[in-house]
Amino acid sequence: MSDTVLSIRELSVEIPTHTGIVKPVDGVSYDICAGEILGIVGESGAGKSMAGNAVIGLLSPPAHIAAGEIWLNGSRIDALEGEDMRRLRGKQIGMVFQDPLTSLNPLLSIGDQLTETMLTHLDISRGEADRRAIAALEEVGIPGAAERIDSYPHEFSGGMRQRVVIALALCAEPSLIIADEPTTALDVSVQAQIIALLKRLCRDRGTAVMLITHDMGVIAEAADRVGVMYAGRLVELGAVRDVLTAPQHPYTHGLMASTPLASQGKARLHQIEGAMPRLNKVPEGCPFHPRCAYARDKCRVAPGPKIADGRTACWFPLVAEKAS
Amino acid sequence: MALISVKALTRVFDASKPWLNRVIERRGKSFLTAVSDVDFEVAERSTYALVGESGSGKSTIGRMLVGLLTPTSGTVEINGVNLATETDARKIDVIRSDIQMIFQDPFASLNPRWRVGDIIVEPVVARGGDASGLAEKLLEQVGLSALDAGKFPHEFSGGQRQRICIARALSSEPKLIVCDEPTSALDVSVQAQVLNLMSDLKDNYGLTYVLISHDLTVVQHMADRIGVLYLGRLVEEASPEDLFARTKHPYTKMLLEAAPRMDGFGREAELPEGEIPDPINPPTGCAFHPRCPISTDICRTERPPMRSLNKTRVACHLAEE
Repeated sequence: MSDTVLSIRELSVEIPTHTGIVKPVDGVSYDICAGEILGIVGESGAGKSMAGNAVIGLLSPPAHIAAGEIWLNGSRIDALEGEDMRRLRGKQIGMVFQDPLTSLNPLLSIGDQLTETMLTHLDISRGEADRRAIAALEEVGIPGAAERIDSYPHEFSGGMRQRVVIALALCAEPSLIIADEPTTALDVSVQAQIIALLKRLCRDRGTAVMLITHDMGVIAEAADRVGVMYAGRLVELGAVRDVLTAPQHPYTHGLMASTPLASQGKARLHQIEGAMPRLNKVPEGCPFHPRCAYARDKCRVAPGPKIADGRTACWFPLVAEKAS
Repeated sequence: MALISVKALTRVFDASKPWLNRVIERRGKSFLTAVSDVDFEVAERSTYALVGESGSGKSTIGRMLVGLLTPTSGTVEINGVNLATETDARKIDVIRSDIQMIFQDPFASLNPRWRVGDIIVEPVVARGGDASGLAEKLLEQVGLSALDAGKFPHEFSGGQRQRICIARALSSEPKLIVCDEPTSALDVSVQAQVLNLMSDLKDNYGLTYVLISHDLTVVQHMADRIGVLYLGRLVEEASPEDLFARTKHPYTKMLLEAAPRMDGFGREAELPEGEIPDPINPPTGCAFHPRCPISTDICRTERPPMRSLNKTRVACHLAEE
């Protein structure tokens, strides 16, 4: 791939606990290109947020990167610390979190928050920053941006706050945005607006996006490619249409089948028996094998194949007719 | 026969600032109308779903159905008994044990200091009933093990806790269970397990569900009849087939268009205009008119009455068959 922005290689995150080391992220590799939206989907505890936090250096100790490499625009960033990491954050990587109220400072007006970010990371004058702050708010669709620049976060609705957070993430013109469940706290109608906004802005600027969510519908509409995570591992990675319409990993297939669909009416939902293992009890071999209907002996001893060129980390990928 | 009959149900909350602030700022009281003039009926052994975005009043209606809140005006009758005005204590007692509720957050709705077995039989014990062996039987009904009765809630995952909540709701042998976002806190695969369990139990026990949800796909899967709420008002009521295929109200259309679709690859949805207005000062006339693509003068001045079009009920001046 030509213009790869982010490249993660065999990333593992470990948390030492008094009962042993747990691995919320275990040997995950993927790339994101400029202007591309990569969806990362999985259930709670699958390690999807942890992988995002590792990229931006927000792992809270004792969690730490135990192995692997993270490359951003050709330079390695997983070992950066302190001031170097702080420069990178905000400047090269923007972050959009789930709850817009906790990611804004309640004591600063949104104008101050935007100009502060720009003055820290860009070499521009105060007046220029003010001007760009208004332009940024207009771009994310806040009506009357010039008047509202001195408003405080509590004066905005949830959807408007998330727009401000997106403006804040984009104002230093980063090459990568990590959006961690950006619409989970929002209503359906506002969610559609925010997703469309994120898509439009990133396409126009060529910003790469890592979109972390549990909502398959959001992934289908927004992402170009999708990675499915289960118990800390990436189990399937591919173009969104391929993965969602013809899943090759039994877990992806089960996840798709258990989502209620308009077309299936009142038919019983497909169930994946059991639950995702706790991180301190991830089974040997393929982590999904105890719940997998197609598991064979090999799955119980050998962890799935690496996703390098292939699509899935399954020894016996589902072929199209079995998956339908 | 209708098990629940709701007529002109209205609930107003006092959202005023404290009196001293009102004096200093020279402001009057302000009131929030959470539910405004809602009518519907729920047939026995059916599933009635209330859908709407936040602030639409769906949870407030649920709370009034079970008697956790009293209506400001209007009535809720369950089996012909109005819990808010009924004076016969025996009748109230019977109806109360017929109603149970399942809440959204299975971490907040179970007492962490009680054993699961005690939690489940509480509705029976509180009425002085015999509960021996009941917890074990119910735990197996909801797909857990009888041995789990001796455990504490923290030993279970979210989906298992929601099963415990369901077992507790079943213990008093209710006719009606009000489910307030029962699967919103759960992952997709766990949600499927809980929804399947709810369907099975409905058939086995002859239950009636009132399902409160914001998730259109869940509602479509579960409900026999769906009521769509906007800003405390019922805007459309129909069977799932009619609601999704022959949508009448522009708000419902907007909601369906905006919901992300599993097959909507790269779809550029028609984006909804604006956001939900402030419920303290709702728009005049039809509450949806500022966001409505087809609104006319009458929509700005007159609140649309509920009309029946075929088998759909809709509150829109402009809706046609």
